[in-house]
Amino acid sequence: MMLSSLRIAERRLPILGQQVVRRAFHQTVQRNSAGAAAATADETREMNLFTAVNQAMDIALASDPTAIIFGEDVAFGGVFRCTQGLAEKYGKDRVFNTPLSENGIAGFAIGHASVGGTAIGEIQFADYIFPAFDQIVNEMAKFRYRSGNQWNCGNVVLRAPCGAVGHGGHYHSQSPEAYLAHTPGLVVVMPRSPKTAKGLLLSSIRSPDPVVFLEPKALYRTAVEPVPTGDYELPLGQAEVMRSGSDVTIVGWGGHLKVLEEACDMAHGLHGISCELIDLQTILPWDVDTVVESVQKTGKLVVSHEAPLTCGFGAEVVATLQEHCFLSLEAPIQRICGLDTPFPLVFEKYYIPNALKNLDAITNVMDYGR
Amino acid sequence: MIAGTLLRRIATRGAAVGGRLPSVNAARYFSSNATFDVEGSFETHMLDTAPETTVECSKEELLEMFELMYTMRRMEITCDNEYKARNIRGFCHLYDGQEAVATGINAAFDPEDSWITSYRCHCVALARGGSVSSVVGELFGNIDGYSRGKGGSMHFYNKANYFFGGAGIVGAQVPVGAGSAFANKYKSKPGEKMNVSVACFGDGAANQGQIWEAANMCNLWNLPMIFCIENNRYGMGTSIDRHSSIQDYYKMGNEIPGLRIDGMNVLAVKEGMRFAKEYCGSGNGPMYVEMMTYRYHGHSMSDPGTTYRNRDEIAFTRSTKDPLEFVKKCLVDAEFMTADEIKDMEKKIRKDVQKEVLKAKESPVPPHEELFKHIFATNLEPRSGGIEYPPHIRMPNYENSFWIDGKKE
Repeated sequence: MMLSSLRIAERRLPILGQQVVRRAFHQTVQRNSAGAAAATADETREMNLFTAVNQAMDIALASDPTAIIFGEDVAFGGVFRCTQGLAEKYGKDRVFNTPLSENGIAGFAIGHASVGGTAIGEIQFADYIFPAFDQIVNEMAKFRYRSGNQWNCGNVVLRAPCGAVGHGGHYHSQSPEAYLAHTPGLVVVMPRSPKTAKGLLLSSIRSPDPVVFLEPKALYRTAVEPVPTGDYELPLGQAEVMRSGSDVTIVGWGGHLKVLEEACDMAHGLHGISCELIDLQTILPWDVDTVVESVQKTGKLVVSHEAPLTCGFGAEVVATLQEHCFLSLEAPIQRICGLDTPFPLVFEKYYIPNALKNLDAITNVMDYGR
Repeated sequence: MIAGTLLRRIATRGAAVGGRLPSVNAARYFSSNATFDVEGSFETHMLDTAPETTVECSKEELLEMFELMYTMRRMEITCDNEYKARNIRGFCHLYDGQEAVATGINAAFDPEDSWITSYRCHCVALARGGSVSSVVGELFGNIDGYSRGKGGSMHFYNKANYFFGGAGIVGAQVPVGAGSAFANKYKSKPGEKMNVSVACFGDGAANQGQIWEAANMCNLWNLPMIFCIENNRYGMGTSIDRHSSIQDYYKMGNEIPGLRIDGMNVLAVKEGMRFAKEYCGSGNGPMYVEMMTYRYHGHSMSDPGTTYRNRDEIAFTRSTKDPLEFVKKCLVDAEFMTADEIKDMEKKIRKDVQKEVLKAKESPVPPHEELFKHIFATNLEPRSGGIEYPPHIRMPNYENSFWIDGKKE
C-alpha cells in the first residue's frame, strides 16, 4: 500500500462528547454521525458476537482504505473466526498474518497509525498482551503527550479476547483491564454483547485515541441477538443503564454482565429487590456520572468483575463512589470479584464471582443495619 | 533441506556397519551394539567440528527409545480421544510426530542438565521421568497429576530431573533457560565440564524479541546454553516461509554456532545433542540447534490442522518420515527384534497406556483448599476445620441457598 501517495486531510470525529480534530486520510468514507447512528440503522439480523466483530471490521476496511488488520493467524480467520473472509475480500496486503511477536504487533500498529493509517491489531488472547505491554504502556499511550501533540497513534485498536471460557486455565482466561486502565492515554473498552461489540468497535477504530478492545471470548458463539447490519457507532466513555431499578446499583462490564443479570433476576424473584444494572462499556475513561447518579438514587452499590479482587478496576469505582456519594450510601459498597489467586483450571467455578455470590452481596447490602 | 534425505541410510546400507556381533542369535539374545549411519542428518553453521556421522547404539538403548516414543504416541492419541470425549478441557497441544526430538535429547542428556520447553510439553515430561498417569492425570485436573491438577496441559515440571516445565507464553521459557545456564556455569569449577541447559521452542517462537535478548546474554557471558528450535514448519497456522524472514533457523544466532539436525531421526538427534552438550559444556558458549520435525496434529485441539496445509502433506510425512517407523526399522535391520516381536511390544505398551489412563481417572479432584495454596510461600489456607476461608475471600453459601446453578430446587 502506498501510504505516501494518499492525501492527508483533516476530519472531525465525535468522541467522549467532544469534537476532537485529528489528521487523517482524505479517502475516509462518510459515516453516520455518532449517537444518532444506532437509531438510523434500521435493518437488523440475528448474529453472534464474532460475526458482529467481523462486520465491524468489514465496514472499517470498506470505509477506510488505510485500515489494515494484522495479527497471529488472522488471514484465515483467526482462532475465533473474527476475521473470517476479510483477507479474501480486501486482499492480503490489508489483512495479513504476523509472526508470533506481540511486542512487534503493538509497535507495528503504532508506526502505521502515527503516519495516519488505521491499524487494527489482534493479540490472540488477552493473556498474551503482557509481552506487548511495553509498547502499549510506554509508546502507544504516551505518544501524543510526550511529543507535545506533534505525533499520535490514535488510529490504533488492539483487539484481544479475554475472560473465562469454562476451561481455559492459567493462560487463556485472564481479564487484564485493570492493568491497562492504569495507563493515562489509553482507552480500554469491553463490550457485553454482539450489538454493543459492533458499535463500540467501530467507535474504537475511529477514535482519535489508541484503544485496547477486550472481547469476552466466552460470548463469541453463545451470545446471539439482533444486530443492525449497517454502519453505526456507540459512544465511548459512556455507560449504559441496562435495567433501571430503585433498591441497589450493580456495576459490571463485559461478558460478566450475563452473570449479573442472573443475580438481578434471583434478587427480584426471591426477595423482590429492584436492581439497577449498569454496564460501564468503557473501562477507561469511565462514566462516573451515570454510576454516581444511580447510587445517589439507590444508596447501595455492588461492583463485580471477573479479574481478581485486589486492585481490580472495581477498587477504582468504589474509591470514586465513596467520594461522590458518601452521604447517600446506606451500606458498605460490596465488591464481588475473582479470587486473589492465579486463574485456576479445575477450580474455575469457585474462582468466578457467580450469580450466587452476587446474590449474597445484594441481600447483604439490603439487610445492612436491619 | 535434510528432511528430504531422511530414512535412506538404514534401508540401503543395513544397520551393521560395524561393532555388532556377527551372529543373529547373539544379536537378539545378548546385549549387543550396532552402528548406524546418520550421514546427511546434520548441517553446521560457524562450527569447525561436526557431529559423528555414525552412531553406536545398544539393543537396550534402542529398545528403550522405541518404548518411550511409542508410549508418547499412544499417550497423545489417547489425549486426543479423551479431549474429544470432553474428559480433558482447556488448551491442549499434542506432540505426536515430534517424538524423536524429546527422546533423542533425553538420551544425550544427563539428568542434571536443565531442560525447559514450550507449552507442547506432555512428552518432554514423560521423557524426563514422568508417568503416563501423572501426565494424563494433570490433563484431567486430578490431584495425582504432575502439578496437582492445578495447571493442566501446559504445566508439567520435574525438579528432581531439572525439568523446568512447559511455559504457556510463546518464547517466555527461553530467557529462563538462559538463567539456568548461568547457574550451571556458576556452580561448576573452572575447567570442569559444565551441565548444560536446553530451552526448546518452536519455529513460530524463534522471532520473539525475548529470545534475542537471551541469545545476546548467553553469547556475551559464554553460557552453556542450547537454543533448541523444534521446527515443525508451522507457527500455529502460518507456515515458516510466511512468518519468518530466515528459514535456516540454525543460522539465526548469527555469531552463535548452529547445528541443524534431522529431528525425525532419533539417532541423529541423540548424536547431535551429544555433540552440542559436549561443545557447550566445555565452555565454548551457546549453540543454536534446529530440529527438522513435523507435528501430525493441529497447533492445539481447537485447530483441525488442515486449513493451512493439506491432508496429503500430513499423509506423506507419516508414510515417509515417521520417527517411530524409523526406529522400528532400525530394530529390525540390526536384528535386535523381529517385526512380530515389535508388534507384541506395541500391544503391551497400548495396554499399559490404557491402564495408566484408568489409574489417572481414579484419582480424585484436588480438595478445595488447593485453590489457595502455593500463591505465596506462606499459604492462604482455610483455617482449622477446613471450611472457613480467609476473611477477604468470600465463598457462596451453597447449603443455605435455594438456588443451585441458577435453578430453583
